[in-house]
Amino acid sequence: MIPELGQLALILALLLSALQCVLPIVGAWRDHRPLMATARPLAVGQFVFVGIAFGILTHAFLAQDFSVAYVAQNSNLQLPWWYRFPAVWGAHEGSLLLWVLILDIWTLAVAALGGKLPERFHARVLGVLGFVAFGFLLFSLTTSNPFARLIPAPMDGADLNPVLQDPGLIMHPPVLYMGYVGFSVAFAFAIAALLGGELQSAWVRWSRPWTNVAWGFLSAGIVAGSWWAYSELGWGGWWFWDPVENASFMPWLVGAALVHAQAVTDKRGGLRAWTLLLAIFAFSLSLLGTFLVRSGVLTSVHSFAADPKRGVFILGFLAVVVGGSLLLYALRARFVAGGKPFALASRETLILVGNLMLTVAAATVLLGTLYPLVGEALDIGRISVGAPYFGFLFMLLMTPLVLALPFAPLSRWGKADPASWKRAAWRIVGLSVLAGIIGWILGARGFMPLLGVTAATYVLSGTALYAIKRWKEAPAGKRYPLEMFGMLCAHVGVGVFIAGAILTRSLSVEQDVALVPGQTAHVGAYDFRFDGVAETQGPNWLAQQGTVEVSRNGEAIVTLHPQKRTYPRGQVQTEASIHPGVFRDLYVSLGDPIGPSTGPGGTNGEWALRVYDKPFVRWIWAGGLLMMLGGFCAAADKRFRVRREAPEAVVETPSIPTRPAEQNA
Amino acid sequence: MSARLIPFAVFALLVVLFGVGIVWNEHHDASYVPSPLIGKPAPAFDLPMLDDASQRVRKHDLLGKPYLINVFASWCFACGDEHPVLMEYADRIGVPLIGYDYKDKPADAKAWLAQHGNPYAQVIADESGATAIDFGVYGAPETFLVDAAGVIRYKHIGPLTPQVIAQELEPAIKAAQDSTR
Repeated sequence: MIPELGQLALILALLLSALQCVLPIVGAWRDHRPLMATARPLAVGQFVFVGIAFGILTHAFLAQDFSVAYVAQNSNLQLPWWYRFPAVWGAHEGSLLLWVLILDIWTLAVAALGGKLPERFHARVLGVLGFVAFGFLLFSLTTSNPFARLIPAPMDGADLNPVLQDPGLIMHPPVLYMGYVGFSVAFAFAIAALLGGELQSAWVRWSRPWTNVAWGFLSAGIVAGSWWAYSELGWGGWWFWDPVENASFMPWLVGAALVHAQAVTDKRGGLRAWTLLLAIFAFSLSLLGTFLVRSGVLTSVHSFAADPKRGVFILGFLAVVVGGSLLLYALRARFVAGGKPFALASRETLILVGNLMLTVAAATVLLGTLYPLVGEALDIGRISVGAPYFGFLFMLLMTPLVLALPFAPLSRWGKADPASWKRAAWRIVGLSVLAGIIGWILGARGFMPLLGVTAATYVLSGTALYAIKRWKEAPAGKRYPLEMFGMLCAHVGVGVFIAGAILTRSLSVEQDVALVPGQTAHVGAYDFRFDGVAETQGPNWLAQQGTVEVSRNGEAIVTLHPQKRTYPRGQVQTEASIHPGVFRDLYVSLGDPIGPSTGPGGTNGEWALRVYDKPFVRWIWAGGLLMMLGGFCAAADKRFRVRREAPEAVVETPSIPTRPAEQNA
Repeated sequence: MSARLIPFAVFALLVVLFGVGIVWNEHHDASYVPSPLIGKPAPAFDLPMLDDASQRVRKHDLLGKPYLINVFASWCFACGDEHPVLMEYADRIGVPLIGYDYKDKPADAKAWLAQHGNPYAQVIADESGATAIDFGVYGAPETFLVDAAGVIRYKHIGPLTPQVIAQELEPAIKAAQDSTR
């Protein structure tokens, strides 16, 4: 009975979302205040019913109600309760429900915090968000009902995929979705601006904090996913360029471009049409990501084939949402576009370079992800492109961005002074070369490690130079407004990430070894002594657990316990054991026993082990988290608190945080 | 205005492409990859044996009667699914089953075969995957039927199942054997 209530709640939410889409937009069009005023209560109502549905599905998992097909497929009696929560969004139906729930949380936030926005604009924004919710609720109810029954109920469920039974999964999807779905707000603001056609660039300031927060969440979600892959897949890698990862990375890239383009539009009024387009693209790529992951259109050869009905639905929805917005853009952008001209040497140009590179990178990733599909459509066979394609092109594209990055904050809006670039360049390059020399002395030999050290120093020293400049030139108390602090933070994050990514790649030592108990392997500067394998047991798994003593020059460092877990349905899952550190991770994953000589229990013979020494790998995620922090800080700046009066003044007044720097540049 | 229609036009093209992709997936087995090699001579290869890297196996060593090449790897999950089928059918299909260890550490592959059993008449190791490119291998498992003249007669991508063996592989083997006589 209870699951049927969940389904009923979803149907009610669907009806409310349809109203939330139609009434406020018609109200805004007819300038009919009572109709516009329905937007908020409808949004609240929709949230309540989606919340009820989500609560009921969660309850079904906690209560182990295997008469619900989705629960039976993704849980079983032995699954510990703390994994029954993430099991709710562990597969398609539930993750879709989570998607809608998070969309509703964003909608609610816009409804609550946007009270000071112009009434018609606010109504349109909520209407657009209502349309997105409508599409997803309809999708959920027609193709992927999470409450479908399985009668007769099985005695026990199938189990949550063991790969997903990891603390990382509890946080990864919700945080990632917060980012993905958060771009719907920037999208709704852009569409509302196009529909209204009278706001020029004011909407951009209002939407900036939302974009920054969404992008921050997306950064955090990608970091969580990368960390999860690193600790769970047992290959020691942190990024694989697989379609699912690409699906989250494309909106991130365009989102990063959008964050910067919005800053230009907000402060200078320029790049308005481009900002609109990016807002549409960022959300389109979020939708496309859902499409790619969920429709099976990219079904890799040996994985499951998904339901084609879903693909057709999402494609139709995508065509309406994205096609509709791009058509709207083509027809209406001229009412919104415009802006101040800027010189070739200016902050705008540098930001545009970065924007271009980020967008092209997103397009490259998109192309690489879709390439197999294109080949199929043209009947030249399925060909997939691998990590080398992505890695090479991505580095190539990011080079101009990294080169421009330190100079953008140091340049004036409108027209920069190339002489000041020269001075800054000398310092930045000098510091980078110095860092390279120090790196060489400390043992970073070879091209790639030196590249990592110098490139990271280049970004970090450039950012520091700007921080110092602000310190000297701006009056106390106004030196680092939150928006600027956020920028500094995110740029430091870029530097830290570069160091992590390049140094890990070039300095990692990986070895596959076969060891008998008592034997030692030397990997990098470390000795890994294998002390055998014992059986151990968890709440729903049995494991063979190895013991590896790690030491350096005879000094004990840590004891690692890599496991090979067997779950109730016979799935085997490797659990790497990692000794984390600021400068290096030591990583051991347990392979298989070798040869027939294994003793009773198969544990005393020779075992295959995969051993890694991974320097600076944590810096990758630290960089990502700094970028997240940057997004959040910038969003909290008080210049984004909406005042009701005179939004158009924005274009004329140079913004407070940049002004002193400009004058003294 | 016309320039602003470009994004829409590009997107419309993408939608068409996806539509084709979906229709294709509905009407084709997603794992079907046409192999241009069928009916052509198998590429020449010269690879070490897994058990004894000093011994090499060349294409002409195997000429004279049909044989099957099964591409596998210890890291490949789907190969684990296929393995029991191979164990069951290896002796019954009437042609030698050659294991082709693809992009794998020899130690891993040996351990894997020791654990799960070895259905292969012999195993050749392509650690770098360089020769596999000539065969058009793009994922394990894949299975090739090569006839007595060294021509590829049949290719299957993905795990062999009893059904595939009965419906596709065995007729292909029979045809290859008949043409030899």
